[in-house]
Amino acid sequence: MPAIVETRDTVEALTGAKYKYGFSTDIAMDAFPKGLNEDVVRLISAKKQEPEWLLAWRLKAYAMWLNMDEPEWARVNYPAIDYDDLYYYAAPSGPAPKSLDEVDPSLLSMYEKLGIPLNERAALAGVTPSNVAVDAVFDSVSVATTFRETLAKSGVIFCPISEAVREHPALVQKYLGSVVPQGDNYFAALNSAVFSDGSFVFIPKGVRCPMELSTYFRINARNTGQFERTLIIAEAGASVSYLEGCTAPMRDENQLHAAVVELVALDDAKIKYSTVQNWYPGDADGKGGIYNFVTKRGACRGRNAKISWTQVETGSAITWKYPSCILQGEGSVGEFYSVALTNNYQQADTGTKMIHIGKNTTSTIISKGISAGHSNNTYRGLVKIMPGASGARNFTQCDSLLIGDRCGAHTVPYIENRNMSAKVEHEATTSKIAEDQLFYCRSRGLSEEDAVGLIVNGFCKDVLKELPMEFAVEAQKLLAVSLEGSVG
Amino acid sequence: MLVIENLSAAIGDKEILRGVNLIVPDGEIHAIMGPNGAGKSTLSYVLSGREGYEVTGGTATYNGADILAMEPEQRAAAGIFLAFQYPVELPGVGNANFIRTALNAILRARGEPELDAVAFLKRARAAIKSLSMPDDMLKRNVNVGFSGGEKKRNEVLQMALLQPSLAILDETDSGLDIDALKIVAEGVNALRSATFSALVITHYQRLLDYIVPDRVHVLAAGRIVRSGGPELALELEAHGYAGLEAA
Repeated sequence: MPAIVETRDTVEALTGAKYKYGFSTDIAMDAFPKGLNEDVVRLISAKKQEPEWLLAWRLKAYAMWLNMDEPEWARVNYPAIDYDDLYYYAAPSGPAPKSLDEVDPSLLSMYEKLGIPLNERAALAGVTPSNVAVDAVFDSVSVATTFRETLAKSGVIFCPISEAVREHPALVQKYLGSVVPQGDNYFAALNSAVFSDGSFVFIPKGVRCPMELSTYFRINARNTGQFERTLIIAEAGASVSYLEGCTAPMRDENQLHAAVVELVALDDAKIKYSTVQNWYPGDADGKGGIYNFVTKRGACRGRNAKISWTQVETGSAITWKYPSCILQGEGSVGEFYSVALTNNYQQADTGTKMIHIGKNTTSTIISKGISAGHSNNTYRGLVKIMPGASGARNFTQCDSLLIGDRCGAHTVPYIENRNMSAKVEHEATTSKIAEDQLFYCRSRGLSEEDAVGLIVNGFCKDVLKELPMEFAVEAQKLLAVSLEGSVG
Repeated sequence: MLVIENLSAAIGDKEILRGVNLIVPDGEIHAIMGPNGAGKSTLSYVLSGREGYEVTGGTATYNGADILAMEPEQRAAAGIFLAFQYPVELPGVGNANFIRTALNAILRARGEPELDAVAFLKRARAAIKSLSMPDDMLKRNVNVGFSGGEKKRNEVLQMALLQPSLAILDETDSGLDIDALKIVAEGVNALRSATFSALVITHYQRLLDYIVPDRVHVLAAGRIVRSGGPELALELEAHGYAGLEAA
């Protein structure tokens, strides 16, 4: 059923809005009928030529989802989502491209517009960064993955998960759902039933991934949910740094994004997962924007394994997201560095869970929340020390910065300690940008907005320095842009 | 040239400045002295555009432009610099980054080319050296964990790098030992030229041993009540401010 997506390139100019990724792309699309039922689940599975076990896995998830209730404990408010009014699958029509040369030129130019390098030749010629391999996910499918051959030489697998299901079924079957089971929560169950694409990464034993891996998610089609699924496995002694970025067109309706990310780190393996989330946040009156309900979890299964989450969350109308670590292996390490910025009518409820199971496990949580406009920003976190986690340590720091007097900052830390030898520290501050700080900067020549940008970036420095260099620069600019209009 | 005519200003209902008249020609350094509560800091804030200070009458122009109508950052671009009595801390903001961002904002406002990081650092290191300051001054966060003396020195460093044509020093000498005082004075003296002028606000005469002013003015109860040469500062040191308010 081909559907032509309406072109709205001019929207940005007409509304004068600051969200520079708000254009949509005019491309012929295949989409299934609206609504969700067993047939749609079967259709998605068939479209992807999946094996029987995966269809059964999806159907089980769907059955679980039907019996679950949408969570209401988060500090976010939104009108009920009509799950029957959504498309669950949308993809550029025609056969899947086999190489970059076959990718629709209008898609390539869209990614170019977004600053995402999909052209390997340009990258090798030094036109775009050549140390980053990119998987580009457009609505429900992966449209291109770069540098696969280079990576394959060191044994690294980096491909769309739909392809991994066909090419590496044993690996997928072993690890899929092993960190986030189908019935984990409402949105994870929904994702498990209808997930369409996402990235699969496998780093074999002892291999240090030779380049940064990156996935770029783009929602384009109207009324379409995006349900990507990412699975990253680092075998013993392996290490990888993975980045994800997200944008969407500006649309008046809210769009649903319910992703699942699973990480598995074995003995001495290291996974660094960085996110710059810039989904369309809605307009200044709170109209439109992405509902971002995401389950991200990593398991440190081996000794001295390390998983580090870094996130810069500036987009989405609603963010519901708690990247977590299960610290099972002895001496394993979990880290969570987060900047969450809300402006206008955005709502964010985000944080982490650190579950200490193994001995001498350590976790660090650094959370920086910035609220402006009429927005609400909540840190919600759990540090759980199990009885066997002798010598476990946690340090948590939650800082909130308020801009203006109509926004809210909330901190909800839970600490459950069942081992007397564990050490858990929690520090929290809430502050406002002081008038004297602004005046000091302005008297030196900075505009008020530049001054706020500088102060906010200073506030976030401990988190931004965890990002890979190129992303850090991008994130700094993003923070400044997201705050435009928040002062004065 | 800075020209202040009949300037009055209030904080809320309280009138602080009551008709200040003052002319500072290019190339000259003028000292403003006076007792506590005379309005010295208010004058510096009104000239640099701090919120909460309401101008109730009079004018202030710099090189013919009405500075009271400008935003604080426009005044900076016009060449005006305020060295704060209590410099403000900016956590997480590196000093070098802060000063370079400010300098480039000023250059941009004037339509001049900006300085890249390398060119700026070269200039900054030279300034640090000539002011006998430690190298880590550039790496540390703006005024965070600085001693009182270090904060004042940082003001002088910023002044040296931003190269204003009119500097207003608001009791920069308070709380400084004699060595720090000399560094501050050297910073100001290094900028002296036919196009540079300064308004040095101070409570004590001793700073003026090192920054020799062309003129000294006494501000009392919101008005300039006496003006004279450098010898006026010595006279005030000997006899105090008693009786000046009535003058």
